[in-house]
Amino acid sequence: MSVVRTGYVRPLDIKRGLVDMSHGSGGRAMAQLIDELFLAAFDNEWLREMNDQARVPMPAGRLVIATDSHVVTPLFFPGGDIGCLSVHGTINDVAMAGARPLYLTAGFILEEGYPLADLKRIVESMAAAAREAGVPIVTGDTKVVEQGKGDGVFINTTGVGVVYEGVDVSGAHARPGDSILVSGTMGDHGVAIMSLRENLTFETTIQSDTAALHTLVAAMVEAVPGIRALRDPTRGGLATTLNEIARQSKAGMVLREAAIPVRPEVSAACEFLGLDPLYVANEGKLVAICAAGDAPTLLAAMRAHPQGRDAAIVGEVIADANHFVQMETGFGGRRMVDWLAGEQLPRIC
Amino acid sequence: MKYVDEFRDGELAKGIAARIATEADPSRTYHFMEFCGGHTHAISRYGVKDLLPENVVMVHGPGCPVCVLPIGRIDMAIELAIREKAILCTYADTMRVPASGGLSLMKAKAKGADIRMVYSASDALRIATEEPQRQVVFLAIGFETTTPPTALVVRQAAAMGLTNFSVFCNHVLTPSAIAHILESPEVRELGTVKIDGFVGPAHVSTIIGSQPYDYFAEEYAKPVVIAGFEPLDVMQAILMLVRQVNEGRAEVENEFSRAVTADGNAKAKALVAEVFELRRAFEWRGLGRVPYSALKFKDEWAAFDAERRFDMPERSVADNKACECGAILRGVKKPTDCKVFGTVCTPETPIGSCMVSSEGACAAHYTYGRFRTSKAAA
Repeated sequence: MSVVRTGYVRPLDIKRGLVDMSHGSGGRAMAQLIDELFLAAFDNEWLREMNDQARVPMPAGRLVIATDSHVVTPLFFPGGDIGCLSVHGTINDVAMAGARPLYLTAGFILEEGYPLADLKRIVESMAAAAREAGVPIVTGDTKVVEQGKGDGVFINTTGVGVVYEGVDVSGAHARPGDSILVSGTMGDHGVAIMSLRENLTFETTIQSDTAALHTLVAAMVEAVPGIRALRDPTRGGLATTLNEIARQSKAGMVLREAAIPVRPEVSAACEFLGLDPLYVANEGKLVAICAAGDAPTLLAAMRAHPQGRDAAIVGEVIADANHFVQMETGFGGRRMVDWLAGEQLPRIC
Repeated sequence: MKYVDEFRDGELAKGIAARIATEADPSRTYHFMEFCGGHTHAISRYGVKDLLPENVVMVHGPGCPVCVLPIGRIDMAIELAIREKAILCTYADTMRVPASGGLSLMKAKAKGADIRMVYSASDALRIATEEPQRQVVFLAIGFETTTPPTALVVRQAAAMGLTNFSVFCNHVLTPSAIAHILESPEVRELGTVKIDGFVGPAHVSTIIGSQPYDYFAEEYAKPVVIAGFEPLDVMQAILMLVRQVNEGRAEVENEFSRAVTADGNAKAKALVAEVFELRRAFEWRGLGRVPYSALKFKDEWAAFDAERRFDMPERSVADNKACECGAILRGVKKPTDCKVFGTVCTPETPIGSCMVSSEGACAAHYTYGRFRTSKAAA
């Protein structure tokens, strides 16, 4: 007769185990997954309370909330993975309000059959990103869907923060005469991802730029509290972001192609894929708009921060009832930088 | 980017622009047709128009492979994917071309058809080897540039003994399209389309060489300057055309000598000739049925011909009545002459094919040049 050891649970087989439907059932298996994987990695005082919600202290000021769902394929890519991406993406969305991010939540949708070992890598990458950023993951949720109904792992993160005092940043605040700045090279993330897509086999040394930008933002708002607009040019790239701001602010823009930083490798990859780097996603860059007189100060503050080393002034806001974003080409002509139509599709000829 | 940036140099462009401005005779207007969508795209994307004097006018030609694909052929492709449940592999540009019944390949895909975007014909072949239980059809489109790779994968499929791979061939030929335009009543009799010369194809000419254009220079007395797809190539070609017109010459000149020879790529031409032969006639969007303007499989390769394997009769479907793609492809009208341009027809919801591909005249003007002609909404 065996002796029943009270309270003993056989540890998860992380090495060979797979996600199964019981991990989302609300039963013991789910509790175990949460304990041994999520809690172990994200560990903090609020999560340890084991409630369905987190009760956290909030400093005074305007509250910022942002949410973002991450469905990247492949889940692991040069320079990062869906885990750190889901932390950086939401921290950046909060920070782009000119805010200090304080807390994150994480919701996982796992596909039945997904290896626990890979899930552990993702969770640990999230935990490391959150720790490095100093923004704890304070509550979360896990669901499991049947095989074929997910793409391995989907992660939703929500971020909460407070706006720095005296700062009023919005995509609607750009005015004619303002300067447009970017914090670094455009298109790195998108090209790193595309190099791994199954029907594209090209080798590249390009790494995703995924990074949390809140300390850069803090340095920027300190230098120029009157900064008008901030946004991270993720999906759709710089072109889409500027068109959004132009529409919100009811203004036009003129960019100088020669001033926009693009890595030669990214530019080369885009060239043979028939893509335009201005439409390719970034995950660790931002666009800032400020009064022309503040631009040199802002640029200096950005360049003094490691994430803004390659920052540049790339254009200006103009009065234009059509809200067009135009560009002076390096060739000496002028063209529009329009909204992306559908997905960016490679040209054939 | 080495070897590309040199051909996009703004300082050199200024120099050529100054020469064009000096040499172009102010008492006349020069109309040059750029045949290729690649040139149309380069002109719009780099703002080449801003560097040309007012009296040098570029007319867009029909050389956009996606644009000239008629509705009937897209309908046939969709039918292959839906009725025959084949995996249909296609170049990305083709995905959004409008077909009958409000469909497109992209919409058919959303309805469950297995349509996959590929970057080359060999990707389609790879899918066929990976999924031997499925029929895989490569939707082959394009001018002489994309034809040799198609011929190559057909030969490879035969060598591998693949029985689940076939090609829906829509390859078309450049010289017959140019001849068709020069023979059109608008050019020959009515004089509504003025063409003083052609910026000749870049990539196509690397395959067929410069020699096939001699006929146009001689027979129609139109100068042809073969040019690369970079903006400096286009500028230089325009300068060469201005000089030919000024001197009363009509010759074939080769600006793209770094890639194009008189005879072209003999190996590629032999490969194409091994697998394909001329079609008696083929329907082009905008140009109608053009004699001997496309390729079909030779009988000995019939096993790889999707049209024969799946017994698909050719069909012809009229374009949307409001759409001016036909006239635009012939150079008779400009995109802004079309009533639906920029209203119901936009890159998001294209009515005609010229609004689909970035090489199409309408999409190029809408995406890159709209600020020139747009009046601000009140």
